[in-house]
Amino acid sequence: MIHASDLIKYFGGKRALGPVGFEIRTGETVGFLGLNGAGKSTLLRILSCDLRPSGGSFSIRGIDGVRDPHAVRQLVGFLPEVPPLYGDMSVGEYLRFAGLLRGMSTEQVAARVPEVEQLTHTANVHGELIRHLSHGYRQRVGLAQAIVHEPEFLILDEPTKGLDPAQIAEMRTLIRGLKDRHTVLISSHILPEIRETCDRLLVLRDGVLVASGTPQELSARLQSRRIAVTVLPNHDSLEPAAIEASIRRVHGVRNVTSTGRVDGALSFVVEAASDIRAEVCRTLVGEGHGVIRLDRADQELENVFLELVQGASSASG
Amino acid sequence: MRAANVIFRRELSEYLRSPLGYIVAATVLLLDGLLFYSQALGPAAGERLSGEVLARFFYNTSGLVAIAAVALSIRLIAEERQTGTLVLLSTSPVREWEIVVGKFFSALVFLGGITLVSIYMPLLIMVNGKISLGQVFVGYTGLILIGAACLAIGVFATALTRHQLVAVAVAATTTAVMFLFWWLSLVIDPPLSRVAAGLAMHARHFQGFQDGALNLRDVFYYLAVTYFFLLVAIKVMEAKRWE
Repeated sequence: MIHASDLIKYFGGKRALGPVGFEIRTGETVGFLGLNGAGKSTLLRILSCDLRPSGGSFSIRGIDGVRDPHAVRQLVGFLPEVPPLYGDMSVGEYLRFAGLLRGMSTEQVAARVPEVEQLTHTANVHGELIRHLSHGYRQRVGLAQAIVHEPEFLILDEPTKGLDPAQIAEMRTLIRGLKDRHTVLISSHILPEIRETCDRLLVLRDGVLVASGTPQELSARLQSRRIAVTVLPNHDSLEPAAIEASIRRVHGVRNVTSTGRVDGALSFVVEAASDIRAEVCRTLVGEGHGVIRLDRADQELENVFLELVQGASSASG
Repeated sequence: MRAANVIFRRELSEYLRSPLGYIVAATVLLLDGLLFYSQALGPAAGERLSGEVLARFFYNTSGLVAIAAVALSIRLIAEERQTGTLVLLSTSPVREWEIVVGKFFSALVFLGGITLVSIYMPLLIMVNGKISLGQVFVGYTGLILIGAACLAIGVFATALTRHQLVAVAVAATTTAVMFLFWWLSLVIDPPLSRVAAGLAMHARHFQGFQDGALNLRDVFYYLAVTYFFLLVAIKVMEAKRWE
């Protein structure tokens, strides 16, 4: 389990992260979502013990990452945004070096490197110098070094950055294949990439956590606050503004937008602090209008994400 | 210590396959050979005792070793920081001192190799004259010690920054200041002049080595300078994590 509490990181006088707190259970695959500069990389670098936090604490499997980073590093494999590759080494040499650095014996490394190359589809470039590899292969070698010592926790910072669609699909498949063996933490600013691989999302904005939950939960949380209403007015000549005014009188309504008129029926989208479908229905029917449609407004998860990371008023988490 | 050994081997192989190692080695040996020719074998060399020629050789070589040490050390940490590969080391269960020690010894072994290749010059003196093997041994010990001290200064400079040019400037300036303490000792009054002379990296402390006299005080001086700058380099690397 990973437990973080009030983590803060300052770079100079600027706060890059925090305070942030969360828990990640063993075996989970968790995505950290946020726009560039939201603090994702800083958080992942702290969890992989590359950086020390300015404040707060975190533990991985009960080991304090601030007091005993050396022990935590043995449990973690880290793929940073730019894979740490030595261009002058061949893939095989590099993976061997990474394994030995992580405390594996020569025999263990000799047995493990072919396995990892098989797993990451890099066996065919075993003897090639890393500087001659394509971006996609470099990313795979980066992933291979992160898992060569079979860490319990795998931290991947934007693992598909700069890859083409085919390579992204391949990387996703690779990561999905790792879920059974590792607790995986992935950061990204691209929602589809993370939605398909993660059990849970933590959304960061300006260094703080603004939401967490499964992709479905996050979507439902915002959707419950947006209602689509279609009303058949009690008079044909009634203007949309009159209905709007009726809806606005319902307690909790923040905004009402008229979305059109079809065959005399007026449609609106209502934004509210909570699910107020029953109250809206009661009010409109009480005034003699016919309610022919009343449900949660459809919203793509991408829009939910944008509202969360850009700080829309309705996305208070 | 195991991680230091892994890093040592990687860094040493990096010197052996990178152009930098060969360029430094070729430059040092070429300049050393030219100086040796002009001062020992050439027409301008004049009549000298073999021991004097050997002392002159060690004197010249010590300056070249110091410059080579700075050149070899610069890429050690700054380059890794610049290219992002330091992350591999800093997220592995490797302590800062293991990184610094592994890298330092790889550069020292390579520098030692370059220095020992110059052995043909003392052998040439031996063919044409008479020298003591003790002086050769002590002289090379001095070269390795001054090289180690300059390498440690370079490792400290390269730990400070991700920019190799800045690291070169810091290392060269620090090394020059350590050498110029000797000049300072001549122009200031005692007791500060004695302090400056004691700190000077070359004049007083290397004199014994080039003449074949092994003074433990001088050995201790170079080891102390090496230890001090490596320790500061380790502390700098630890502090960088808090930045």
